[in-house]
Amino acid sequence: MQFPFLGVIVFTPLVAALVILMYKPEWKKAIRWTALAAGLFALALSIWVYFTYDKAAAGYQFIEKYNWMPMLGISLHFGVDGMSVPLVLLTGVVMVTGVMISWGIEDRPREFFAFLFILASGVFGVFASLDLFMLFFFYEIAVFPMYLLIAIWGWIKTREYAAMKLTLYLFIGSMVSLVGALVMYWTSGQHTFDMLVLETVKFTPAFQKIWFLPVFLGFAVLGGIFPFHNWSPDGHVAAPTAVSMFHAGVLMKLGAFAALRVGIMLLPEGAKFWAPLIMGLALINIVYGAFIASVQTDFKYVIGFSSVSHMGLVMMGFATLKPEGLLGAGVQMFSHGVMTALFFAVVGMVYDRAHTRDIPKLGGMIKPLPLAGIGLIIGSLVSMGMPGFSGFVAEFPIFMGIWKTQWIVAVIAAVSIVVTASYVLLVVRRVFFGKMPEEFEGHITPIRTHDKIALVLLMALMIGIGWFPSLMVPWVQTGVQHILALLGGA
Amino acid sequence: MTTLLPILPEILLLALGVLILIIDPFLKNDEIRRPFLGWFTAGGLLVTLTLSLLLARPAGPILVFGGMLRFDWFGFLFKMFFIFAADVTALFFMDTDKLNRRAEAYLLLVAAGLGMCLMASSADLVMLYLAIETTSIPLYLLAGFLKDDEKSTESGFKYLLFGALTSAVLLYGFSLIYGFSGTTSLYDLGSHFAKFDLLAVGVTFMVLAGLAFKVSLFPFHFWAPDVYEGAPTPVAGFLSTASKAAGFAVILRLLTASFPIISADWSLILAVLATLTMTVGNLIALAQKNVKRLLAYSSIAHAGYAMIGVVAFSQLGVASVVFYLIGYVLTNLLAFGIVGIVGRVTGSDDFSAYAGLSRRNSALGLAALVAFLSLAGMPPFVGFVAKFFVFSAAIETGWTWLAIVGVLNSIIGLYYYLNVLKYVYLYRMENHDEDRHPLTVSRHVAVTLAILVAGILLFGMLFAPWFTLVSNATGTLF
Amino acid sequence: MEFISNHILTLILFLPVLAAVVVLCLPKDNLKAIRWTALGASLIPFVLTIILWAQFKPGQPGYQFEQQYAWYSAIHSTFHLGVDGLSLTMVLLTTLLTPLALLASFSITDRVKAYMSLFLLLETGMLGVFMAVDLLIFFVFWEVGLVPMYFLMNQWGSEKGEREIWKGVKVQARNYASLKFIIYTMGGSLGLLLAIQLLGVTFQTYDLPTLARQWTTLEGTLLGLPVATVKAVAFWAFVIAFAIKVPVWPFHTWLPDAHTEAPTAGSMLLAGVMLKLGAYGFLRLVLPLYPAESSKYAGALAFLAVMAIVFGAFASYGQKDFKRLVAYSSVNHMGFVLLGIATAAKAPGTLDATIALNGAVLQMFNHGLSAAGMFFLVGVLYERTHTRNLDDFGGLFPLVPIYGGILIFTSMASLGLPGLNGFVSEFLVVRGSWPVLTIYTAIAMLGLLFTGAYILKGLRSILHGPLNEHWAKGKHKLTEINTREIIVMAPLMVLILIIGIWPAWILEVINKAVMILF
Repeated sequence: MQFPFLGVIVFTPLVAALVILMYKPEWKKAIRWTALAAGLFALALSIWVYFTYDKAAAGYQFIEKYNWMPMLGISLHFGVDGMSVPLVLLTGVVMVTGVMISWGIEDRPREFFAFLFILASGVFGVFASLDLFMLFFFYEIAVFPMYLLIAIWGWIKTREYAAMKLTLYLFIGSMVSLVGALVMYWTSGQHTFDMLVLETVKFTPAFQKIWFLPVFLGFAVLGGIFPFHNWSPDGHVAAPTAVSMFHAGVLMKLGAFAALRVGIMLLPEGAKFWAPLIMGLALINIVYGAFIASVQTDFKYVIGFSSVSHMGLVMMGFATLKPEGLLGAGVQMFSHGVMTALFFAVVGMVYDRAHTRDIPKLGGMIKPLPLAGIGLIIGSLVSMGMPGFSGFVAEFPIFMGIWKTQWIVAVIAAVSIVVTASYVLLVVRRVFFGKMPEEFEGHITPIRTHDKIALVLLMALMIGIGWFPSLMVPWVQTGVQHILALLGGA
Repeated sequence: MTTLLPILPEILLLALGVLILIIDPFLKNDEIRRPFLGWFTAGGLLVTLTLSLLLARPAGPILVFGGMLRFDWFGFLFKMFFIFAADVTALFFMDTDKLNRRAEAYLLLVAAGLGMCLMASSADLVMLYLAIETTSIPLYLLAGFLKDDEKSTESGFKYLLFGALTSAVLLYGFSLIYGFSGTTSLYDLGSHFAKFDLLAVGVTFMVLAGLAFKVSLFPFHFWAPDVYEGAPTPVAGFLSTASKAAGFAVILRLLTASFPIISADWSLILAVLATLTMTVGNLIALAQKNVKRLLAYSSIAHAGYAMIGVVAFSQLGVASVVFYLIGYVLTNLLAFGIVGIVGRVTGSDDFSAYAGLSRRNSALGLAALVAFLSLAGMPPFVGFVAKFFVFSAAIETGWTWLAIVGVLNSIIGLYYYLNVLKYVYLYRMENHDEDRHPLTVSRHVAVTLAILVAGILLFGMLFAPWFTLVSNATGTLF
Repeated sequence: MEFISNHILTLILFLPVLAAVVVLCLPKDNLKAIRWTALGASLIPFVLTIILWAQFKPGQPGYQFEQQYAWYSAIHSTFHLGVDGLSLTMVLLTTLLTPLALLASFSITDRVKAYMSLFLLLETGMLGVFMAVDLLIFFVFWEVGLVPMYFLMNQWGSEKGEREIWKGVKVQARNYASLKFIIYTMGGSLGLLLAIQLLGVTFQTYDLPTLARQWTTLEGTLLGLPVATVKAVAFWAFVIAFAIKVPVWPFHTWLPDAHTEAPTAGSMLLAGVMLKLGAYGFLRLVLPLYPAESSKYAGALAFLAVMAIVFGAFASYGQKDFKRLVAYSSVNHMGFVLLGIATAAKAPGTLDATIALNGAVLQMFNHGLSAAGMFFLVGVLYERTHTRNLDDFGGLFPLVPIYGGILIFTSMASLGLPGLNGFVSEFLVVRGSWPVLTIYTAIAMLGLLFTGAYILKGLRSILHGPLNEHWAKGKHKLTEINTREIIVMAPLMVLILIIGIWPAWILEVINKAVMILF
C-alpha cells in the first residue's frame, strides 16, 4: 500500500496540536519550533503530492479509503484532483508562513498554535475529502477555532463582536448546506456519502433546481458571496495576523471550493439553472467590494473588502461554467490566497510596530521596513491584475469565461480593476512612502529573519506563477476537464 | 440463579445501597466518612457495571418475571449508562460539601439508579409505575438535600409537586389503559390500541404528559430550570442526564410496543412539541447569566433535539435518539462537573465566576471547551455526530422541516455556548492575577473529567462501532 | 554564437531584468559600481541590436528572428517574439536611449540601486511590447512597463510643487502626476483588455498574423450583435487605449504633468520611447486588425491629429516652465505621427499612404531622439539652477556656450530645420497626407508655424537677451555642460545629423516594412 500522504497531511496539524497542548505554558521556544516543524513537514508533503500528481492521468489521485461506518456509507476517504491539489499546497504555504509571522506571540502561544493547527487540519481535511460526511466534519473543525483565535488574540476593539458574527454566519451557512447534503444523500438512494459515487447519481432536474441554491449559497457564505459577506471584513480586521492570513488566504477558498465540489459538481443541472444569479451576486461582490475598499481609512479594512472583491472573481469564474472561467477561478484561489496572506502579513508587521492602522496617520514605512514595502507593492500589483504576476494569470481566463457567457458583465467587472488599482496604489504610497510621522521615529524596528523568509516565499510564488503559468495551470486544467464532464454529461 | 441474571444489576445496586446504610454508622468521623463513602459507592457501582457486563448480557429479547421486565439489549444498554452516570455523580458527590458526609445521599443516588434500571426494562404498566416512582422519590429528596439552602429546598419542593402531579396523571392514564384493554403488559397492548381511537387520544396524551415531564418536553418543562439551579450541582447533573435518558427509554419502548400504529398519527404532535421545546429552551437560554440555569435550558433544548429522532421513528431514527442520549449524558455530566468545581471554589454559578478560568487551570479550560462545543454540536466531539444522525433520520423519513428547525436552533445554541467560552478564555479576573488564584481539582475528579472528555472524543471520532452497537440494541426493541 | 543568434530577441529582452537583479545584489553604498554595472549591462542589448540590425533582411515579409515558446497554452497564448522593419526601428531606439538615460542619471544619489533596477525593468517592458507577436504578450508588456515608470516618477520626480486635488487637499505634484499617469493609462487599457479578451475567446488564439487574417474576414453576428457593430466598438477600444499613450488630443492631459514631474532620465524615456508604444500600437494592431473601420474613421483621427499639432504648439508657446514647454512639444510632434497614420488608414496601399507612413515611423524615431535630447538638456540646466521657469533665465549663452550650442542644435531638430532629422520625417508626412487629407494638412501647417515660434521663444528666453546677473557669479554661477553630459548628447546629435542629411540607412528598413505591411 502506498504511503498515505493525504491522511498524514490532514492529521499532522492535529497531532501537533495535541502534542503542543501537553507542553508546559512556559516552554515557548519548544512550542514555536514544534509548530514550525509540523508546518514544514506538512508543506513538504504537499509539495511532493503537488509535483508527483500525474497530470496526464488526471482524475482523483492519492486516494485513501477507510470504511468508517458502513451502515450509513460513511468512509474516511481522501483524494485530490487538479482543483484541490493547488489548494492543499496553498494551505501548506499559509500554514508555514503563518507560523513564522506568529513567532512573536507572547500571550499563551501554546493555546494559540494548538487552535491554529486544529483549524489547519480542518482545512486540509476539506480539501482532501471525497466523502460528504467527512467534508462537513472537517469543515466544522475549521470553523470553531476561528472563534477562539479571534476572540482571544484579536484586536481588542471589535474582537468579540467580529468573532461571534463570523462563527455564527459560517455555522449557519454550513448547516444550510448540511440539510441540503442530507437531502441529497437520502434522495440518491445509494446509501453512501462517497462523493465519487454521488457524482454519478443523476438527480432529477426539479430536485437539483430546488436544492442547488441552499447547498451552494450555504458554502459560498464562507466564500464571502454578497449579500452574506458581512462577516468577512470585520472578521479579517479583528483577527490576529496569522489568523487573518488563514482566514482570507485559505478559509474563504474553503467555502468557494466546497460550493464547487458539493454544489456545482454534484448538482450540475441546478448549477446551470442558477448560474445567472450567482454571476449577478459575484458581480456585486467584485464591484461593490472594490468601491467600499477604496473609501476605507483602516489599512486592514481595505484589504478585507478587497478580499470580498477578489473572491467575487472566483465565484464569477465558477458561475461562467466555462473552461476558461473555471480555470481562472482555480488559479485565482491560489493566487489570491498567497497575495492576501502577504498583505495581512505586512499589515501585521506595520501594526505591531506603529500600533495604528489608520492610513492618514501612517507614512514613510519603506525606510525601516523595505522588504515589507516591496512585498506590499508586489501584492498590490497582483491584486490589480497586473500582467507578470499570478493575479493576471488568474483573472484573464475568468474574463474570457465571462465573455463567453454574458459580455456586459465582463465590461462592468473590468471597472473594478481600475478602482482596485487606484486605491491599492494610494494605500501603498500613503503608508510606505511620504514622510514618517514623528511619533514613529525610532520605534519602527526592522522585521526579523522569519518574517523575511515568509515574505520572500510568498512573493516568489506570485512572480513565479505570473511568468510561468505552466507551474499551475496544467494541474487546474485537469480538474476543470472533470468538472466540464460532469456539467456536460448531466 | 440464572433466572436472576436479568436483574443482576438491580440486585447488586440494592446490595450496595444496603451496605452503605449498614457501614455508615461504623465510620468514626467525618474525615474518614467523606472519602470512604464516595470511594465505596463509586467502587461498588464500578463493580456492578463490570459484573453486569461480564455476566448479565442478554441473549435474545425475552420477557422475564411473569412479563414484568423485558430482558433485551435496549434496556441493558441504558442500564449500563445509568450506572456509569451514577458512578460519575458519586465521584462528584465526594467534592460537594453537604452531600459527602451523608450516607443517605449516596443511598438515594443508588436507589434512583435502581429505579432507572427498572424503568429501562419495564414491560408492564405496574412495574413501570413502580420504577418511575422509585426513581423520582429519591431524586426529589436529593434535589432538596441542602436543608439550609433556600434554593435547594425550593427546588426539591417544586420537583416534588410537579412530579407528584404528573405521576398522578400518568397513573390515571395507566389505569384507563388497563380498563380498556384488560392487560397491563406493554407488549400486549399493541393490538388493543389499534381499535380504541378516541380513547387512544386521551390516554396517550396522559401517558405522554407524565413522561414529557420526566424528559422536560414543552409544555412540561417549567420545573427544570428552577430545580436544576437549586439542586446541588452533581444532582442537577444526574437529573439532567440519567433521569432524562430513562424517560426517553420509556417513551421509546411505549411507542414501539404499545402504540405502534398511533405513533404515526402522533408524529406531527410530537414534532410540534419538539420544535417548541427546542425553541423555548434555546431562546430563554440566551438571556441567562447563570451557568447552571443556562445548562438547564440547554438540557430542555437537547430533549427537543432527541425528540426529533423519536419523530423520525425509523431504524435509524430510534438508534439516533439513543446515540444522542449517550453523547448527551457524557457531555452534560462533564459540563455539570465543571460547574460543580467552579461553584465550589468561587461560590457562584454566575458567568462572572468563569472569567479567566482557562488561565487558572488550563486543563479545566480545555475540558470546558470540549463540553460546550460538544453541546453546540461541533466536531470532533460527539455532539456533532449525534446531531448529524438525528437530522439525517429526520430527512430520511421526510421530516425535512423539522431538521431545518433543529439546525436553526443549533445556531442559537452555538451563540450562548460560545458566550460561556468567551468568559472562560477571553475575560480575565479583575486584577489579572489568575496565577495567584489557581483552580485546583482533586485527582479523582480530574480523572473523571478526563474519562468523560475521552469518551466525548471517542464517540465523536470513532463512532461507527458504538453506533452499530446502539443500532443493534434498538433493533431488539421491536 | 549559435545560441546568441538563435535567441537574440530573448536575450535583448531579458538581459535588462538579469542586470536589474545583479544590481540589486550590489552593496548599496558603492554608487560607482551600481551605476557602471547598470550602464554596462544596458549597453549589451544595444550591441545585440546593432548585430540584429546588420543581420536583418529588409525586404523579407513577415517577422524575423522569431522565437516561440509555450506559455499559457490553456488560453492559447504563446510566448512569441519577432521583429520586422517597424519594430526593429523601435527596438533600436529603445536600446539606444536606455544607456543614454542611465548615463544621464549618474547625478542621482538617492537610492541609486532601486533607481537603476527600475530603469532596467522599464527597458524590458518597452522592448517586450515592440517584440511581441502574440497579442496577450503585447498586453502583458504594455502593462508591465507602467509600474517601473510609476515608481520612478513617484520617488525620484521633482520634489517641489504641489497640486490641489479637491476641497483644498494638496498633494505633491509628483504623486499627483504619477498616479494620474498610471490610472489614466490603465483606464485606457481597460477597453484594450476587454477587446483582447473578446478576440481570444472568439478565435482561440492570440497570434497576431492569424488574428489579423481571421478578424478582418469575420462575418455574421458576434455576441448577439452584428459583427460590424462589435468591430466598431472594439476598434474604438483599441484606439482609445493607444490614443491615451501617444497621446492624442483630447486624451493627452496626463502628459504635461507626467513629463514635467518625472526625473530627467524618466522624461527622456517617457517621451523618447513610451509615447511610441502608443503609435506602435496603432501601426501594429489598429491598422491591420481594423482596416475598414480605420478607413471609415480616418477623418476623425486626422482631426484629432491636427488638434494635437495645433494645440500642442499653442500650448507650448504659452508655457513659462521650460520642461512643460518641451512636454507640450511632444504632443505637437506626435500629432504628425498620427496624421501619417490617418493618411494610411484613409488610403491604404497608395503611394501617398506609403510616404506618409514612412514619415510617421521615421518621426517616431526622430522624435525619440530629439525629445530625449531636449529633456536631457532641460535637466542639465535644472540641476544647476533648480528652476525651470523661463523668466528666471536670460542671456545665458556667453556663460555656457557649449550648452547653448547643443541646445540650439537640438531645438532646431525639434523645429524641423532642413538638414536635421525632424525635417525629413515631417516633410514625408506632409507630402503623404496632402493629397489624401488636404484640409487637415493645411491646418497642421499652422501648427508647424507655431512650432517654430515656441522653439525660438524658448531659446530666446534662455540663451539670448540681457544676461540675468543671478547666474553670472557667486554661488549661483552657471557651470558649463560637463563631459558626461556631452557624451549623453553626442550619439543623439550624430544621429540627428546623419538622418537629416542621409536618411537612407533607416528609411530603407522602414520603407520596405511599410510596403510589405500596408
